[in-house]
Amino acid sequence: MNFDPRYSNRNFASVGTRPIRPDGVDKVTGRARYGADFNMAGQLVGRVLRSPHAHAKIRKIDTSKAEALAGVKAVITAADLPDLTDGDAAMYDILDNCMARTKALYDGHAVAAVAAIDAHTARQALKLIVVDYEVLPHVTDVDEAMQHHAPLINDTIFTEGLEEKPAKPSNVTKRSQFGHGDVHQGFGHADFIVERSFKTEQTHQGYIEPHACVANVSSDGTADLWVCTQGHFVYRQHCAQLLGMEASKLRVTSSEIGGGFGGKTHVWAEPVALALSRKAGRPVKLVMTRDEVFRASGPTSATSIDVKIGARKDGTITAAEATLRYTSGPYAGTWAEIGAMTAFACYRLDNVKTVGFEVLVNRPKTAAYRAPSAPMAAFAVESTVDELAKELGMDPVEFRIKNAAQEGTRSSYGPVYGPIGIGPTLEAVKNHAHMKAPLKANQGRGMACGFWFNFGGQTCTDLNIGMDGSVSLAVGTVDVGGSRASLSLVAAEELGIAYEQVKAIVADTSSLGYNDMTDGSRGTFSSSMATISAARNAIKILRERAAQMWDISVDDVAWEQGHAVAKGEKHGNLGKLSLKEIAAQSGKTGGPIAGHSELVADGAGVSFATHICDVEVDPETGSTRVIRYTVVQDAGKAVHPTYVEGQYQGGAAQGIGWALNEEYIYGKDGRLQNAGFLDYRIPVCSDLPMIDTQILEIPNPNHPYGVRGVGETSIVPPLAAIANAVSNAAGVRMTHIPMSPPRILAAIEAEREG
Amino acid sequence: MAGVAVSTTINGDSVEYLCQPDETLLDVLRDRLGLTGAKEGCGTGDCGACSVIVDDRLVCSCLMLGAEAEGRRIETVEGMAHGDTLHPLQQKFLEHAALQCGICTPGFLIAAKDLLAKNPDPTEEEIRFGLAGNLCRCTGYDKIVRAVQDAAIVMKQA
Repeated sequence: MNFDPRYSNRNFASVGTRPIRPDGVDKVTGRARYGADFNMAGQLVGRVLRSPHAHAKIRKIDTSKAEALAGVKAVITAADLPDLTDGDAAMYDILDNCMARTKALYDGHAVAAVAAIDAHTARQALKLIVVDYEVLPHVTDVDEAMQHHAPLINDTIFTEGLEEKPAKPSNVTKRSQFGHGDVHQGFGHADFIVERSFKTEQTHQGYIEPHACVANVSSDGTADLWVCTQGHFVYRQHCAQLLGMEASKLRVTSSEIGGGFGGKTHVWAEPVALALSRKAGRPVKLVMTRDEVFRASGPTSATSIDVKIGARKDGTITAAEATLRYTSGPYAGTWAEIGAMTAFACYRLDNVKTVGFEVLVNRPKTAAYRAPSAPMAAFAVESTVDELAKELGMDPVEFRIKNAAQEGTRSSYGPVYGPIGIGPTLEAVKNHAHMKAPLKANQGRGMACGFWFNFGGQTCTDLNIGMDGSVSLAVGTVDVGGSRASLSLVAAEELGIAYEQVKAIVADTSSLGYNDMTDGSRGTFSSSMATISAARNAIKILRERAAQMWDISVDDVAWEQGHAVAKGEKHGNLGKLSLKEIAAQSGKTGGPIAGHSELVADGAGVSFATHICDVEVDPETGSTRVIRYTVVQDAGKAVHPTYVEGQYQGGAAQGIGWALNEEYIYGKDGRLQNAGFLDYRIPVCSDLPMIDTQILEIPNPNHPYGVRGVGETSIVPPLAAIANAVSNAAGVRMTHIPMSPPRILAAIEAEREG
Repeated sequence: MAGVAVSTTINGDSVEYLCQPDETLLDVLRDRLGLTGAKEGCGTGDCGACSVIVDDRLVCSCLMLGAEAEGRRIETVEGMAHGDTLHPLQQKFLEHAALQCGICTPGFLIAAKDLLAKNPDPTEEEIRFGLAGNLCRCTGYDKIVRAVQDAAIVMKQA
């Protein structure tokens, strides 16, 4: 059915209100079931043996002693996961990452797995597996890995994207380039040029729930998988392909998910659990420990970035250039490419050029982390923008306003912008009370902007109307932070009924058509579009049924505020039929009433935010406290404003952790030294102030209600905003994230010594 | 290994179980008693998701052995509501949207209950330090602190 996704202005009844979420009571009473909260009769415990080496050839694995241990029901290695990827290089990388085939490529890489009757036996069995390693030289630093003498991680990789095919293999898998104009000429017109180099360390999404699943493979070739994931349909596809199953025979149910932030978009343990279950002939539960989550799931990239920006005396930027190097772990990625696309997206530039290099290192395979790649690029660019404003003697907000992208601007990564929020967020920041709050000694204020694309993608939704008039909404995008509430609001809005009359669930892969995963801030954007479409399809049927009940033409029936209304003078005495009244008669008027929707949600509106941050730096210890923080972001339309605020606050908090404290620390031996929450310290309650938010609503023209994704952009500005604040407080420019006390102290001391 | 027989009280009910000597209280609660409200986020006492109250003391149940529960009085998130009436903290967490993914919520509720039992009128700073043993990665803590502040007011009036 034709669905028109274009925005039209309207007065909302439900959308924009703040009801209690439908999954709330289960979550405050402990009844909600997450990945590890599900059990099956006869279930075994799965455990994974991991490489202690950063880079090593696997000569031989002897599992005989483990197999002989009483209570062990299956032991698997890569041999139990044969290569069925049929030339698909990306899938082969996923397979190899799930279970190392010829080489262990990072500390924590899976090499074998067991299923046993209990955890104690499974742990014992792991100790009995003998792996004969030939340890190879390794590299974990992004800049070192690019050196020609660096240890080669994969000698079949020749850098893509160069003008000539290179003669020698390299750790650089790809070069990408974006931009327009002539930066050389542009810098020639500049009165001031600032050029700086930056580094950011690798961080983890830090979701509190470790990866967990229960796999049950039956001897008839069908299987069930219960798992915490951001995308159960994608997990089904990947697992089915890796295990040689038909997708329809693998039913994947997404549990409640205890945080993902991009980290639960890739399979790791799930194919292993399925292979164990297949071999043992029993259900297998596999739950990662926190140590495994840090060592062997998918953190974000470590980066090294050079930025050069030039401007005329009047504050007009004449040219901007950046070179971005991002680690992707030991497998190819497109992380630098994304960074190169986002780097200058906030600005209106005649001459801009960004170059990205994807770099292999002996670290876990990089996964998405909330607006992946954008925060590091924004840190480098927004720090340089701040310095340039200082050189020009301009206010940093005014300088950004002068150069901000607008509707019609050709973005640095190609497309021409529609209506966008960068200018309005900057104006809001300029006028915000935060900007006038007094600062004391050793305190500094910083601000920065951020951009994220937002994605749409394949979406399928069912809306079923019960005979009592209540509405079941089945969506296929996993609810990571309250989307069942926002989608129930949208269904209520469109049908003209009460929020409480709608019950939303996340359907399993056998009950609904394919959905892309909840990433790219698409959950509420795309599933609300599909929900609106499904509701409109249901309304068409409701109108037909009302017409039948009244025995008039459907053309004379309108849908208003949850009721069929007969139109025209000749039907003046017919009154109204409520949804409930029509539903009650459905058995006599043609059967169940439902609306379905299958669509590709195109037109996700780009998102912009500007953050303000005040910090206090202790010059004796280098320790930094965030004392005031404000997020201003465009939501397009905030469907459930409280959860939109929550996304803004959560992204800011993660950014604060990244900016000040969080980092993967590798020893010279290539082993991760801080694989736990004690040493990889994420912000705790006493580290943070209240985080103020301001929601702007610049409607997305490609969504009926104007909705844009809101989940990711909030992590883009904090690194830069805090770096600018720290630099203003400490009187020294910080170029290395995280700005941990030793780094700040070293910078202060270096400045003193001149 | 021979199992250890334990008699204890959980959420007011007498409970008896056999557990292994190296088994944590968290594993006993989750795997033997089906009380999966307490979560394992780290297994090392760093995240607070497994918080329970043992004889009026806030404890990470991953750091206590199941065998040590003998003769103790244990409170978990499953015991907070009375029938279908939510505890004021549970109600305020819902009203303030103090949870997003919700995995840390049982631990926060238990830690906040313990905090308010000891300090019914905490300042914002006391709440922040009182809950500093519980990690939340979704909310930035803002709405959690506000929910606890609001619950404290309701509980004082009660």
